[in-house]
Amino acid sequence: MTKDEIKHMIIKQILDIAPDIAEDEIKPNENIQRSLEIDSFDFLKILTAMNQKTGIEVPEADYAQVDTLEKMTGYFFERL
Amino acid sequence: MSQFLMPSLGADMESAVLMEWHVKEGDTVKKGQVIAEVETSKGVIEIEVFEDGVVEKLLVEPETECKVGTPLAMIALDDESSIQPQTAIPQEETKEEKAVIVQKAPEPTAQQRINISPAARKKAQELGVDLTLLSSKIEGTIQLGDVEEAAKSELKTTSDATLNNEGMRKAIAAAMSLSNATIPHYYLSTTINMTPSLKWLEALNAKRSIEKRILPAALLIRASVKALQEVPELNGFYKDDSHQISEEISPGIAIALRRGGLITPALLNAQELNLDETMQRLGDLITRTRAGKLRGSEMTRQSITITNLGDLGVESVFGVIYPPQVALIGFGRITDAPWAEGDALSVRKILQATLAGDHRATDGRTGALFLDKLNQFLQKPEELL
Repeated sequence: MTKDEIKHMIIKQILDIAPDIAEDEIKPNENIQRSLEIDSFDFLKILTAMNQKTGIEVPEADYAQVDTLEKMTGYFFERL
Repeated sequence: MSQFLMPSLGADMESAVLMEWHVKEGDTVKKGQVIAEVETSKGVIEIEVFEDGVVEKLLVEPETECKVGTPLAMIALDDESSIQPQTAIPQEETKEEKAVIVQKAPEPTAQQRINISPAARKKAQELGVDLTLLSSKIEGTIQLGDVEEAAKSELKTTSDATLNNEGMRKAIAAAMSLSNATIPHYYLSTTINMTPSLKWLEALNAKRSIEKRILPAALLIRASVKALQEVPELNGFYKDDSHQISEEISPGIAIALRRGGLITPALLNAQELNLDETMQRLGDLITRTRAGKLRGSEMTRQSITITNLGDLGVESVFGVIYPPQVALIGFGRITDAPWAEGDALSVRKILQATLAGDHRATDGRTGALFLDKLNQFLQKPEELL
């Protein structure tokens, strides 16, 4: 999978879980939870959905490494 | 024979539109079964029957707006002896709530029945078309085409408002005005060291798959429920000038909707749930709230409210009690802060827990006792499993 494909996969999970968010609101380097008003429950749902797609589990200790779209993309890319 | 009445889905509700029957005459129904969907200012709610029996007659056609307490159906009960206790409670509740509303709440003006086809109503909801506004411009029944036309034109409400938004705002306004006008609130706040709980949770989650992880929000709810079992006075109602303690602990969980507004559906019988079940049911409740698929019982049985504004970065919450409840528990954001223990100073994860109490029902001492118990449970999280 290319980095771009992963990025689109993440965007799709965000839009599925928060359908009222417009795609261009998701900025690559902004904190996903704060900038999009995604609460801890929805954030966990995004990571769960990504786990189902990729088989990669993000441990809680790594949450700081996946807090923006860019960082999350990199995180999954490196581990695939 | 028992009458199935339009339930009051919250102290702020006067009427709702019966949207759809899930049963027909002659069907056997079981206690707790969803038999109809109604549309309220808070969205579409599934309503349940209170007893086992057979649907004798449906009294109301779909698409009819009915006041709270209107008979919707006749149900022949399996066990005639159960009529008394089971029907008496909802009836009494609706009467009481209606009386309060008539006295205190402003008369809703936009609640008149709107003539609209079912398909058009659905479409309007999807497109966010304001039906009150539309009905003032269209004579006769609003059809699908009218709604689509309206969505295209200027009639469409502002981009982030939905059909329900205005109604929900009004409902919140009525309930909160009533609260501030009638409930003498007292407020208490305490600082809780969350490091033990969070460390314990981290270790627990590290051993689990991602689907089974527990969020701090679930732990806080579980700790609140355990503390309420020890200080039950805060879990209940103030009605007819008397304080009634509820045996069932069904906290209303404040869930903000991204498009605006707030719903506090009940986590029913939370006293029967362990930590895993609390997390599971919380997840289910949040998902269904966002999807607009709540049950009537979840809109009516809240015995206390829990609000958690931590995700938004707020440090402490001083809430407004939702009548006829007598307390509201508030949680803020978990932050890093200096923490003195003995003569050592260290950095700990801390949380502000607050309690708003109805001073007619309880005193500050009861509230303080509760916050103390809550704190104790969060220092020994293994007891919350």
